[in-house]
Amino acid sequence: MTRRVTVRTQSISLRLDMRVLGLLGALGVATLLALTLSVGRGDFPIAPLEVLSTLTGAGDEATRFVVLELRLPRALTAVLTGIALGIAGAIFQDLARNPLVSPDIIGISAGASFAAVSLIVLGDTSGVISVPLAALGGAIAAGVALYLLAWRGGVQGYRLVLVGIGVAALLHAGIDYVFTRGQIFQVAEAYVWLVGSLNARGWEHVWPLAGALAVLLPLALALGRQLEVLQLGDDVARALGIGVERARLALLAVAVVLTGIAVSAAGPIAFVAFIAPHIARRICGTVSPSGVLPVAAATGALLVLSADLIGRLAFAPNGVPVGIVTAIIAAPYFLLLLRRANLLGATG
Amino acid sequence: MTQGAVEPRASTPPATARSRTALLPSARGRVLGLCAALVALLACAVGSLAIGSLGIPIGEVLAAFTAFDDSDAHVIVTELRLPRTLIGLVVGGALGAAGALMQGVTRNPLAEPGILGINAGASFAVVLAIFVLGVSSVALYAWFALLGAGLAALMLYALAGAGRGGATPIKLALSGAVLNALLVALTSAVLTFDTETLEQFRFWIVGSIAGRDTGVLLSVAPFLGAGLIIALLAGRRLNALALGEDVARSLGQSVGRTRAASGAGFVLLAGGAVAAAGPISFVGLTVPHVARALVGPDYRWIVPYSIVLGAILLLISDVLGRVAAPPGELQVGIVTAILGAPFFIWLVRRRRLASL
Repeated sequence: MTRRVTVRTQSISLRLDMRVLGLLGALGVATLLALTLSVGRGDFPIAPLEVLSTLTGAGDEATRFVVLELRLPRALTAVLTGIALGIAGAIFQDLARNPLVSPDIIGISAGASFAAVSLIVLGDTSGVISVPLAALGGAIAAGVALYLLAWRGGVQGYRLVLVGIGVAALLHAGIDYVFTRGQIFQVAEAYVWLVGSLNARGWEHVWPLAGALAVLLPLALALGRQLEVLQLGDDVARALGIGVERARLALLAVAVVLTGIAVSAAGPIAFVAFIAPHIARRICGTVSPSGVLPVAAATGALLVLSADLIGRLAFAPNGVPVGIVTAIIAAPYFLLLLRRANLLGATG
Repeated sequence: MTQGAVEPRASTPPATARSRTALLPSARGRVLGLCAALVALLACAVGSLAIGSLGIPIGEVLAAFTAFDDSDAHVIVTELRLPRTLIGLVVGGALGAAGALMQGVTRNPLAEPGILGINAGASFAVVLAIFVLGVSSVALYAWFALLGAGLAALMLYALAGAGRGGATPIKLALSGAVLNALLVALTSAVLTFDTETLEQFRFWIVGSIAGRDTGVLLSVAPFLGAGLIIALLAGRRLNALALGEDVARSLGQSVGRTRAASGAGFVLLAGGAVAAAGPISFVGLTVPHVARALVGPDYRWIVPYSIVLGAILLLISDVLGRVAAPPGELQVGIVTAILGAPFFIWLVRRRRLASL
């Protein structure tokens, strides 16, 4: 049995799972520690206490610059990207009722990448349309195309996944083509973007992410209940009074936009959206899907932040892009998971 | 997590029931059809010699072989377009056969080297060869491509075959797509380190038969030849396997040996094709389906038809790529993706995604 507390005010009533709250607290503390570490470590080391005092307004000018202008926005971008990817991955997996699905596989990230890479290699990145905007647009366009192509009197899980695989294959061919059309230095720049990197991320990346998450996060959590009912199967969900297709569309839209904003801020960081929900489900135990969503978000944040930290410190002075670290960490885990999921017959 | 009632289950209608839906039901019709396809292939080959940024009349193309006179047109035909056409023929045939073998042995309509990560395995091996070992000759890429394709195929088999029901269509497709994504991510990771590797690799990865060295063709010819022989001989065994493993066993077949032989043939064909032309997707997917629509479920016919139709598709795609985006060219791998992805989506949109 899970213990729950109920919070009631005049207009809102919330039932909170104690285990989820505990996990969120623990992950939050771990993320804060990683954040302090991330802001403190690097070419210009700053002691943890000094980091804290700088954040509260003290410290000399150099320290303030390094902390407030360089490292803090980068670390915050990592945290926010991780939140968005973790929750988007959890929604996709629950929607498709398939643990192997992630925006990397079904073409959402590929849509964002195609648009961004085309702009970097062939276009003018200083124009009205910036790379982040192109990536967001690409993700949304891919999401719309995916939905329309998979629609057949409704969008069923497995058709969505397979159509997505086709869409992703086409978009990846497009990306490879674009790479043959440009100058090598632009192509190299596009490649770093394509792997997912947090280099030189500033407040201009943090604010749009934070703004979008402020809207999308409550929306995703509110839709969590419907996600839970959809898990029971379309017929049961209908019997319980859920507009099945509308709920699915809403959830899909939220997950696509969450993926889009994450990719537009940091590039398609490999497999965070895939692995964060798995770790979350593992540590949650028997918690319901709507309870897993916030834990997946927190896990994603910790994952991206730590991966970036590892990439910066273990490969100093130049560092490696965060996406390389997540891909390498994910690889063995990923193969084990794939085999396990197939053994259990969870993939269909 | 549970899979709902959408799970496509193996249901193989008796062969006779399906033959009736084949466009060429009689043996005579099939022989004539194959002859017609060969004639069409010849026409495509001549077209591939004649069409391009410089159109060359067919009389002139023939004259380049019978009365070579060192003119630009003759040099283009013999030095540029002939090797390209030959590579296209061989690679297209190999990809068609590879798709037919893989679909037959996995009994899975979505099996294909491109989307299932076999090409990605070959690409990753080539990138490592360039980056770690400093290999810079395209002829040497071939060996690494073959090795990578083989390892990826083994991995896919170990992963997707696990669990209840073996490699069902969605399980295979998803495991392959996941493996593909992983290998692509690792490939990109290597490429960010080194611009020189990227510079070599970015023209290889698109899959093109233009400007490839015919020497490569010679070095992969033994692999492709062996693969084609395996594919052509596998027809009867694949037919038995199509009735289900138990039936195949009761007919005296060693299912394990069929799998191993077909798998080896598939790796030789797919790996050799990647080695000669870079990764090309969707030819192996589409062609066996067209062959099946023509001749029904008999793999003794599907394989030869797939070889010829694969070569036709590849040559047509290549010619389309030459004229589609002047003054440049679209590489053949891009064209097959543009043509093949809609076909794949159409295939998975059908109401029942039955096993083969």
